[in-house]
Amino acid sequence: MSRVLILGAGISGHTAARYLGKWVGKKHEVIVVSPNAKWNWIPSNIWVGVGEMTEAQVTFDLEPVYKKINIKFHQARAVSIHPEGGSDADKPYVMVEYTDPARAGETAAITFDYLINATGPKLNFGATPGLGPDEGYTQSVCTPPHALKANEALQAAIAAMKQGERKTFVVGTGHGMCTCQGAAFEYIYNVDHTLREEGVRDKAKLVWISNEYELGDFGMGGVHIKRGGYITNGKVFAESLMVERGMEWIVRAGVKKVEPGKLTYELLDGTEHDLEFDFAMLIPPFAGQPMKAFDAAGNDITGDVFAPNGFMKVDADYTPRAYEEWSKEDWPRTYQTPKYKNIFAIGIAFAPPHPISKPMKSTNGTPISPTPPRTGMPSAAIGKAVAENIRDLLNGAKELKHTASMAEMGAACVASTGSDILKGTAATMTVFPVVPDYETFPEYGRDMDLTFGEIGLAGHWMKWILHHVFMYQAKLRPGWSVLPD
Amino acid sequence: MAKVPNKPKNREPYQQAYYPPVPTGYIRWVRTSLVWQFLRFWVINFKILRLLLKSHH
Repeated sequence: MSRVLILGAGISGHTAARYLGKWVGKKHEVIVVSPNAKWNWIPSNIWVGVGEMTEAQVTFDLEPVYKKINIKFHQARAVSIHPEGGSDADKPYVMVEYTDPARAGETAAITFDYLINATGPKLNFGATPGLGPDEGYTQSVCTPPHALKANEALQAAIAAMKQGERKTFVVGTGHGMCTCQGAAFEYIYNVDHTLREEGVRDKAKLVWISNEYELGDFGMGGVHIKRGGYITNGKVFAESLMVERGMEWIVRAGVKKVEPGKLTYELLDGTEHDLEFDFAMLIPPFAGQPMKAFDAAGNDITGDVFAPNGFMKVDADYTPRAYEEWSKEDWPRTYQTPKYKNIFAIGIAFAPPHPISKPMKSTNGTPISPTPPRTGMPSAAIGKAVAENIRDLLNGAKELKHTASMAEMGAACVASTGSDILKGTAATMTVFPVVPDYETFPEYGRDMDLTFGEIGLAGHWMKWILHHVFMYQAKLRPGWSVLPD
Repeated sequence: MAKVPNKPKNREPYQQAYYPPVPTGYIRWVRTSLVWQFLRFWVINFKILRLLLKSHH
């Protein structure tokens, strides 16, 4: 009997866990380690952040769900990886520290035959002074507690506006090197929708601020779609939505610091500006979870296993190259680490070879451009491919046959622009592939038949249905494995 | 004394909001038209299904 250890239970980790539990859970041991006792459908946090959903509607307890497919669950955080074994065990192991209230602070060495690192991002609020809801002055929708706090602040602002006050809302990215612009994009439209529903939109100024070179970049270098007899850039549609809803926007901006009611940002032209706000929701930059790695002798090999930003190195080509020389071949296919063939990193935890959007620096040398997204649909596809390969290896396979390169897969994103079953809308966008492939699609880097976008009520229905389908699937309810990931 | 009608101000050009396309009333209606959106729902589903099928390796 072999043991598969999965660190993290987000979208990618939970996808890998449920398939491995189903496929090999009776014959082998599958263990999931996560510091959180609950699973969270993160895309719906934006609705918690405007009071449309409760925390209970976007989360559930992991342990009883894992029991259904023989997975053991440890509520703990990984501290260090020992891929060659070490002083605590002869076999490869991971040191964990329990966050489970019953065992808080206890440490343990959990051995493994196969390891999947799906630890997700560290929300790096500390990168920008004053950023974040815990030690700063801005809101976040990255976790359910953050989203609840954001909604409290939003409702307080609405109450003040009903008394006649005017308020400025700033939504976007809180650092020059953020990803996940989509979540902030959805949030600003949901704030707009909520303010209209409450009858106070005329008392609000809504400002979008982001590190994108142009609106609609989303860390994917933007997108071209066929529309109205033209091939048009997504920037046109993103700007159109902003103008239609009476929003202003600031792009090419890296937020440098936040003070109570005021943020300072730098533009690519090197100038610095202040922006006053009453309410701000700014996404933080992501870093890898702070984990160390040690060899059998106890030497620190963190620099060999992880990239400087804390994400784990996998089968990508990390040779530094100019933007013009980037290729689809740079992107990982199996997510296996180069030195340790029994270790994989998936979802946000793997180190991308480079961004997708062209890197830009201000005249002062400050990097202001999006880092690559690897959440949602690609994250689940990567988790499933790695689970398939580990299943095959456990069954005697010698090679990895399943691949999930972001340069060979598409992604669908349904961005809510207002939640209402009859009056709501959402922007539905698909891209194929996620990483532009100019070898196969020389003109735009993408398949123009599979890349499209439109706004409408149908998108809202899709978003609503996806929420319920993915919650159903993640809870391992009957028939979950036949549903698409 | 005769009432002087308010003369509307000229729209300020060369501003951020001056250039992007703005949906007409018809397009806004189409976006929430139940019949049209019901049809689009199935079209979007079909497109995403094609995307999923092409993405699996």
